[in-house]
Amino acid sequence: MRRSISALAVALLLSGFAVSAHAASTEADYKVAYAAAESANAEANKLRNQWTTAVSALKASKAAAEAGDFDKATAEAKKSEQLSKAAIFQTNEQKENWKLMEIR
Amino acid sequence: MTMRRLSGVALAGLAIAVTLFAAPPAATAADTPNPPADLKAFQKYFKDKFPKVKFEDFVNGPYSMDEGLYKQWKEKEEFPPYEFALDLGKELMAKPFKNGKTLADCFPNKGIGIRQDYPHFDAKQGKVITLELAVNQCREANGEEPYSYTKDEMAAVTAYMAFTSRGKVFDVKIPDDPRALAAYENGKRYFYTRRGQLNFSCATCHVQSPGERIRAEVLAPALGILNAMPIYRSEWSGMGTTSRRFTSCNSQVRGVPLKPQDEEYRDLEYYLSYVSNGLPISGPGARP
Repeated sequence: MRRSISALAVALLLSGFAVSAHAASTEADYKVAYAAAESANAEANKLRNQWTTAVSALKASKAAAEAGDFDKATAEAKKSEQLSKAAIFQTNEQKENWKLMEIR
Repeated sequence: MTMRRLSGVALAGLAIAVTLFAAPPAATAADTPNPPADLKAFQKYFKDKFPKVKFEDFVNGPYSMDEGLYKQWKEKEEFPPYEFALDLGKELMAKPFKNGKTLADCFPNKGIGIRQDYPHFDAKQGKVITLELAVNQCREANGEEPYSYTKDEMAAVTAYMAFTSRGKVFDVKIPDDPRALAAYENGKRYFYTRRGQLNFSCATCHVQSPGERIRAEVLAPALGILNAMPIYRSEWSGMGTTSRRFTSCNSQVRGVPLKPQDEEYRDLEYYLSYVSNGLPISGPGARP
């Protein structure tokens, strides 16, 4: 029993470290996330279907990075990338499916 | 249930899934562009959906959908909020450019009573010419700065031109030119395509849900929606053009709007105006 509790405590301790290590983003993490978000935004823009929320998140990411908050900057960049990817999916899905809504 | 039956069900499910999600809608005879058939189906849809609304009342947007709003609007029309725009528009039409010519000189009949003929397809330029674009093309051809497409002077000038055309029915033509037909089809595609984070198309609000409320507003039917343009909108505390309406609709569904008078917006206006042929110009309008 004692051994089990010790093992659990060690596991919790380690997972705690793992969580905090995961949460603390570095400037390098931000740069990678921001570049990916910029690329996805550019593609959505090229398809003429950028979402306002993706643009706002990208701006928020940059502002957070300038303020030195790389956790927030990375999170916002990832959010922007996901929103842009959804916009790209929507554009492709609607290429033919818009016809389903047409009055005939 | 036997294994064979289970396999049958699984196969049927797979077939349905493939039909629904993988294959694009099958091309049918209905995919062949046919604007007159579109117009007939479009107008029938709204007449069937709102059998109590008189055909010519569709141009009154949300007021045609709600009796209470209709009464309020009738009272508002005694002192219409767009009246100042009419005075300014009349003045701007006659105001000489630096070269002595006027905006009125660029239009047939000096711009009076011609709103119903816009937009039209210009074979020489190979594109759809809206009234707003024609106004700025005139100004630029005469060495003047273009107006903002969304409000102020542009709204005033087009309000005056619409006012002088009230009662005349939309008569938008699609000439026998593949480019014109392509523009019409492009406008139709834009109208029905979902966009923005809310995943709405123009049709989501103005075909599927006219008469329903979106927050405090009653949604207008797509039929006749442009006949009332430009409009004074209480929400804007001022006048707005068709360009303003299109860009703000895109923003409201959380999509980044295109530039005013972008090709897709002009084509959209072409499509929407064509399917409202036969309905009278009622602009400028006033909306909540």
